[in-house]
Amino acid sequence: MPLIKIENLTKDYESGGIVTSVLRGVDFSMEQGEFVAIMGPSGSGKSTLMHILSFLDKSTSGLYEFEGQDTKDFDKDYLAKLRNERIGFVFQSFNLLARTTVLDNVKLPLLYSKKKDHDNLSKKALADVGLSHRLDYFTNQISGGEKQRVAIARALVCDPAVIFADEPTGNLDSKSGNAVLEILQKLNDRGHTIILVTHEMDTANHAKRIIYIKDGMIVGDEKVLKRTIAKGDGELKK
Amino acid sequence: MTIRNLLSRKGRSFLTMLGIVIGVAGVIIIISLGAGAQSLVLGQVNKLGSNLLSIQPGKSDPKGPPAQVFGVVVTTLVESDAEILRSSVQVPHAVAVNAMVRGAGTVLWQNKSTDTSFIGTDYGYASVVNFTMSSGTFIDETANRGGAKVVVLGSKVADALFAGTGVDPIGQVVKVKNSSQTNAGGVPLRIVGVIEKRGSAFFQDQDDQIFVPLSVAQGQLLGIHYLQAINIKVDSALNIDQTINDVTSVLKQRHHILTDDDIDFTVRNQATAVDILKTITDALSLFLTSMAAIALVVGGIGILNIMLATVAERTREIGLRKAVGATNTVIMKQFLLEAGAVTLIGGMIGIIVGVIISYLMAVLMKYLNFDWDFVISISSILLAVGVSVLTGVIFGLYPSLKASRLNPIDALRYE
Repeated sequence: MPLIKIENLTKDYESGGIVTSVLRGVDFSMEQGEFVAIMGPSGSGKSTLMHILSFLDKSTSGLYEFEGQDTKDFDKDYLAKLRNERIGFVFQSFNLLARTTVLDNVKLPLLYSKKKDHDNLSKKALADVGLSHRLDYFTNQISGGEKQRVAIARALVCDPAVIFADEPTGNLDSKSGNAVLEILQKLNDRGHTIILVTHEMDTANHAKRIIYIKDGMIVGDEKVLKRTIAKGDGELKK
Repeated sequence: MTIRNLLSRKGRSFLTMLGIVIGVAGVIIIISLGAGAQSLVLGQVNKLGSNLLSIQPGKSDPKGPPAQVFGVVVTTLVESDAEILRSSVQVPHAVAVNAMVRGAGTVLWQNKSTDTSFIGTDYGYASVVNFTMSSGTFIDETANRGGAKVVVLGSKVADALFAGTGVDPIGQVVKVKNSSQTNAGGVPLRIVGVIEKRGSAFFQDQDDQIFVPLSVAQGQLLGIHYLQAINIKVDSALNIDQTINDVTSVLKQRHHILTDDDIDFTVRNQATAVDILKTITDALSLFLTSMAAIALVVGGIGILNIMLATVAERTREIGLRKAVGATNTVIMKQFLLEAGAVTLIGGMIGIIVGVIISYLMAVLMKYLNFDWDFVISISSILLAVGVSVLTGVIFGLYPSLKASRLNPIDALRYE
């Protein structure tokens, strides 16, 4: 059973009576444990695809099966539950809560879950990204690279089926970006499924498989032959 | 979490609260002052005694001012009217009756003098009105009938003349003259009693008065033969209406009045006065309470405003929370809780401020010699808190709803 299976997925936006097709029939499937990069220029529809896959948005038509279930009839609350339990998000602009500590930021998804022992789960996730020494720092007191690692810890904390990373290195210098990619690779080595959305070839090459998307359609889907293995200061304890 | 969110925006939260604080404090202060004023007013009215009727000359609406207020001198009420009202056959429920006239006068003793008001009345006064003598006796029946040259002093008048002299006022002779008799030497009167301090009633200082026999006041101070009022004490509140009817029919007969249009006197009921005053103070309280309620609503609109701004400012945060699994209900609850907490805390501060200010006002009123009670009713506190939380919820509802309905992607992309 594939983790994600989509068939002929479309997405139209309507504004002022003009319908714009952003996705025009997309098919692919992926298994548990994959590390897929969705690559394409801006406006190609890759972000929209990611939003649909991560239950932030709904498709106009087509099939989307997640863990073998058709997602068509899921209601809002169930989608929220899926986002909470099965999906982890890493955004380009970090999206951390201001005036809040690193630890509390990581705890955020736990507030909406039934999981207990929030402190330990959050500390463990922060240890995984090498930020155990920053627990009580406020988010405005740490560097951009550290912010993104906090975001990864937050994505990890509920032990999701898949982590979506939307241009995670877009706002970082290459060294910090490398560290983030290294963490993502190591998480994948541990069995986490990762979907990385990017428009940079260098970044996409860190994945194991690249899906090329252009003008709302898949124009290529191939294994990465010369995979880049990131070597930075991204810690990940085994 | 709610509290932490509020604390992270201390300045703004406080300013938002301020509207509620003012509204709640306003409600409490106004209700407390209203209750205090009511107790003061009713205390003033009831101080002289209860179940009192007052008959005044001239026809007037018993609920409006007496005829004399308009400068009319009505001479139709006379002492023999009072005498007939004393008859237990004619007016069975009258416990005591006194006739009275009053005027402004000056009291002289040795080289001291004090301006005061004099009341000419008879022995019935002591039975109609509540007071106690600090020394001596009040004007008795024989003194009254014989037109004895005696006087009873209110405590303030006695103090003004005799304090510090070591002289016992009883037995001393003072001269009393009407304020308008500038050249007269005054009527020499022997002091037979001093009344104990009794404060004010009907907003008139009861201690700054002297009492002389009716005939002395009429004949030698005022030069009149009529009465300005007859007071009647009724045995029980239940018999007041009966007594009003009795008095009216007796006086109609005596004054040869055939139709109600010709009635030349007015019977005033103290209970009516109490009712009128209560109505007035109630209306005032209601008016002021509604002003305070408007303040609360304004405070609520402040909350609405701030919450809308907060929702806009925190759009990305809402998007993020939804992305990591918050349902619409959870988001809605979060914002409602914040609005509720702001108003609840504001309400609490408002209660404290309101109670403190009400207390200080009561202290000030007492300092100014008013018989003021410090009254804080539980109902006013519950009302204020209830209204403030309700305000928070009502005015927080729309922004919360707005926040909960945000589309997560739009919210995340919001700049």
